[in-house]
Amino acid sequence: MKLNIELRVNGETYPVAVEPYWTLLDVLRREIGLTGTKRGCDGGDCGACTVIVDGKAVDSCLVLAVWANGKAITTIEGLAGDHRLHPLQEAFIEQGAIQCGYCTPGMILAAKAFLDGNPNPTEEEVRRAIAGNLCRCTGYVKIVQAIMSVVETAARKGN
Amino acid sequence: MGFEYFEPKGVEEAIAILAEHGAAKPMAGGTDLLVSIRMEEVGPRGIVSLSKIPGLSNVDYDPDRGLLRIGAMATYSDVLASRVVHEKYAALPEACLLVGSVQIRNVGTIVGNICHASPSADTAGPLLAFDAQVRVVGPRGERVVPLEEFFLGPGQTILEKNEIVTELLIPAPERGSGSAYLKLSPRRAMDLAIASVAVKLTSENGICRDCRIALGAVGPKPLRATGAEDLLKGEKLREETIQRAGVAAAGESQPISDLRGSAEYRRDMIGVLVERATVLARERARD
Repeated sequence: MKLNIELRVNGETYPVAVEPYWTLLDVLRREIGLTGTKRGCDGGDCGACTVIVDGKAVDSCLVLAVWANGKAITTIEGLAGDHRLHPLQEAFIEQGAIQCGYCTPGMILAAKAFLDGNPNPTEEEVRRAIAGNLCRCTGYVKIVQAIMSVVETAARKGN
Repeated sequence: MGFEYFEPKGVEEAIAILAEHGAAKPMAGGTDLLVSIRMEEVGPRGIVSLSKIPGLSNVDYDPDRGLLRIGAMATYSDVLASRVVHEKYAALPEACLLVGSVQIRNVGTIVGNICHASPSADTAGPLLAFDAQVRVVGPRGERVVPLEEFFLGPGQTILEKNEIVTELLIPAPERGSGSAYLKLSPRRAMDLAIASVAVKLTSENGICRDCRIALGAVGPKPLRATGAEDLLKGEKLREETIQRAGVAAAGESQPISDLRGSAEYRRDMIGVLVERATVLARERARD
């Protein structure tokens, strides 16, 4: 029997009727139509489905949609402003950190959740922070460079 | 799937629901449960989530009683954010940091790690080394069980039907104690241990007054290497003594050969890890 819940995603409220065993990933993609969050392994190993819930990066394939009821959720679609990409998105493009793009939404959100709480990390700390996000294309070098470039730009601006 | 989902607001309500719906399973973080449901196709017919029960997410240290309490819903991240845990129980956050990824640690729980009862559960070693106890609540009431008696085998605990764990109780280590957790795995994250060791020791003037050595991934359940512990107790913590303890611990391990490593390799590595973890714990006991 379906349960009526409300998901707050990127500042908007979506009422949805869900089966209790549907994951947040299922509902974001299928019921709400936000397909920026990707299904990779569906088992918490690859991080492609990473979203931010109440400020913390989580694998949306491993939490039930009912668990997310009432929580503040950010997906990749919620990062860009009206006419500007988020600095992380711009950095990934500039630094060549995107090849097939499948890991990118999860990777950027994992980075964002980390930098929000740790604005001045070392490269080692950044690598640890994205350890839960696999990339088969890039070898991670450009990804780490992109994230560090955002750190450095923010530091220069005196944030 | 034909599935039921419950969000009880109290422990007693949770137990009553579990008793009434025989095929339902309790869920804390769900990072193990949801994977096993998907892989098994036919899984539990329902989930009893503990997430709406107040008071289960605490990581509280009581200095008067010298007791750390970790609630059933406390995540690895909650434990990692606790300063007192880093100060007094160093091996535990060391182990937490090696579980999965930050995404898993933000949702998964220590109590869930214990209840899933993998022989390689990272938090089991440190908790054994700290003489942790488990509060079990069920239809017949409450009991506190030493963690040493909690594990029965791979994926098996003493939990009876409709019983849940509500918290872990961990006494404060004595003055002059140090601890360490070492995990051998091919990757530095997102990996299971080939072998792991947790050591907690108490020393005075270089002599070991007490110690605990717990071994992971080398037996049907997390083990205490009590023979190795006896070799160290009362002795000066010199290199040769520590080496002998490592050899003894390796002999006490019961590894199997599987895709992660051969039994011989795991046994050898236990010897190495026990040495290294004991040296680390000794250094930290001095601070």
